[in-house]
Amino acid sequence: MVQTLGEKATRDVLGPTLARLCRDGADIVCVDADLGFSTSAVKFGAEFPERFFPIGVAEQNMIGVAAGLAAAGKVAFCSSFAVFAPGHCFDQLRMAVAQPRTNVKLFASHAGVVTGEDGASAEALEDLALMLSMPPFRVIFPADAVEAEQAIEVAARTDGPFYIRALRPKTAVIHDGDYNFQLGKWPVLREGKDVTLIAVGELVLAALEAAEKLAGEGIQARVLNAASLRPLDEDALLAAAADTGAIVTAEDHFVVGGVGSLVSQVLAEKRPAPVEFVGMRDRYGTSGTWQQLLEYFNLTPDAIAKAARNAIARKSG
Amino acid sequence: MAQAPAVSLDQFKEIARRVRRHILEMTTAANSGHPGGSLSAVEIVTAAYFAVMRHDPQNPAWPDRDRWIMSKGHATPVIYSVLAEAGYFPVDELLTFRKLGSRLQGHVVMGNPPGVEMSAGALGMGLSFSLGQALAGRLDRRGYQVYCLLSDGDSEEGQTWEAAMAAAHHKAGNLVAIVDRNHIQNDGYSDLQHFPGNGDRPADVPGGWVLPDGHTANIMNLEPLADKWKAFGWKVWRVADGNDFEQVIPALKEARDYNEGPAVLICETVKGKGVSFMENNPDYHGKAATPEQLKQALGELGFN
Repeated sequence: MVQTLGEKATRDVLGPTLARLCRDGADIVCVDADLGFSTSAVKFGAEFPERFFPIGVAEQNMIGVAAGLAAAGKVAFCSSFAVFAPGHCFDQLRMAVAQPRTNVKLFASHAGVVTGEDGASAEALEDLALMLSMPPFRVIFPADAVEAEQAIEVAARTDGPFYIRALRPKTAVIHDGDYNFQLGKWPVLREGKDVTLIAVGELVLAALEAAEKLAGEGIQARVLNAASLRPLDEDALLAAAADTGAIVTAEDHFVVGGVGSLVSQVLAEKRPAPVEFVGMRDRYGTSGTWQQLLEYFNLTPDAIAKAARNAIARKSG
Repeated sequence: MAQAPAVSLDQFKEIARRVRRHILEMTTAANSGHPGGSLSAVEIVTAAYFAVMRHDPQNPAWPDRDRWIMSKGHATPVIYSVLAEAGYFPVDELLTFRKLGSRLQGHVVMGNPPGVEMSAGALGMGLSFSLGQALAGRLDRRGYQVYCLLSDGDSEEGQTWEAAMAAAHHKAGNLVAIVDRNHIQNDGYSDLQHFPGNGDRPADVPGGWVLPDGHTANIMNLEPLADKWKAFGWKVWRVADGNDFEQVIPALKEARDYNEGPAVLICETVKGKGVSFMENNPDYHGKAATPEQLKQALGELGFN
């Protein structure tokens, strides 16, 4: 069993972290489209009412107002569910944030099939594709609440557009207090020479569990946490391809436009290696508990281990 | 500068005449662009920069400056021309418009040239951005005003009304919207206000219809527009002739000085104003005059 440190939803750290940073002097404001209770942004609003702007269920306006606040010097956060932002407001993110590089930070929760009982309409599987299509956005998908808090702090302290992807359920905490999130770094959570498992979000834990299983078969799997999707860690990725010669990506998102695409593109250009993809492919989510849905859609340690065996089998020579 | 200098009516008219010349010359030089909706807004934008706003062309990043936001981001010829006339950048640069390497892109880009406050080009985004600027100004206790120029097309975008609702809700007294109501947009006539046809409306078509020349008539009727803004909680002024400085300047000042909530001026204007063959002609929404037409147009404006 992989050791974990309790459970906490990544979405629950937004408000408290923003409040702490604002107390410390960061010029933070937050625009809210009626989901701040769910994204925890209201915890910032309760402490800094003059800096919290509820604008109703209007995600396009939320992004535009945030861009205006940012252009006037504010660190402008906004939060919603990933199906609504970027889902409802891609053009606003492109025009008012990405192109002029305004200092807007979008924190989008309820991503992926683990959103659970709410069903397909609520389960964003395209948000990373949308956000990664806009080069100015730094894109982060934290693996746990510890990383999420640090990612929010990095976003607040780094000028320019950020997208942080968060999840609804209380997922495992895998990082301890010594963890140090860095933009553009994919930490090696486990060493290995036979295959590299590159995972994001709640599937980082699944990748670690897959590596345990594979170890029982004599396969040594390296595990990378690719939370920093842009900038990505090209050195770590190329080293993984060079050292292990086989790659598996794992994500709770469509493999087209997500981590699988990102990894494949770099490898195709710089160091081709067999890549296997664990993720959503040709269907949308559905209702169920989040744990059931991970099983139902094969986003599991077993699926990752199987993909690893396939990738290893495809190594040439 | 703290306040725009006093300029006489004749001087305003002379600036507007030069701005119209720039608009025509730069679009013809670019062989593209949007002269129609630029010409309709000449008096509005000129009045704002020369009679109403606090701004400093030498210091475009001045934190206390009043902001002018072009939601109708395609009307670059008018904002670039007014900024150049106001001294933000050399007038000569206008002829680089839309050319490779120029700071003057076809649609507005934040900071390029200096004085452009926001990127736009997709309609409907300016009022949200303006509201954000207004809220930041209030939070920081700066006294600046935010002005947002909207088009007919902007007024059809849902986001504009999201922003309108939110601006009244947050009592943004430092926010002024101006609707350049020229009743013509990309495909044709927004409504029947400036539609030259009569009696050719297909009996069984309740909305818009396509005309023999390809334009669409009655694309989207916004009326009663003033009532819509009022219902959204805005103080509304109607400006019967938005191409008349004597109406535009006092209205802008009144809206600026109204601070209990957001204010909007609905300015009735003429698309292509000042050039006979462009006036009320949808063809010149997004098409430049030919070099021959330019000569005629400049002649009509009194340039020989």
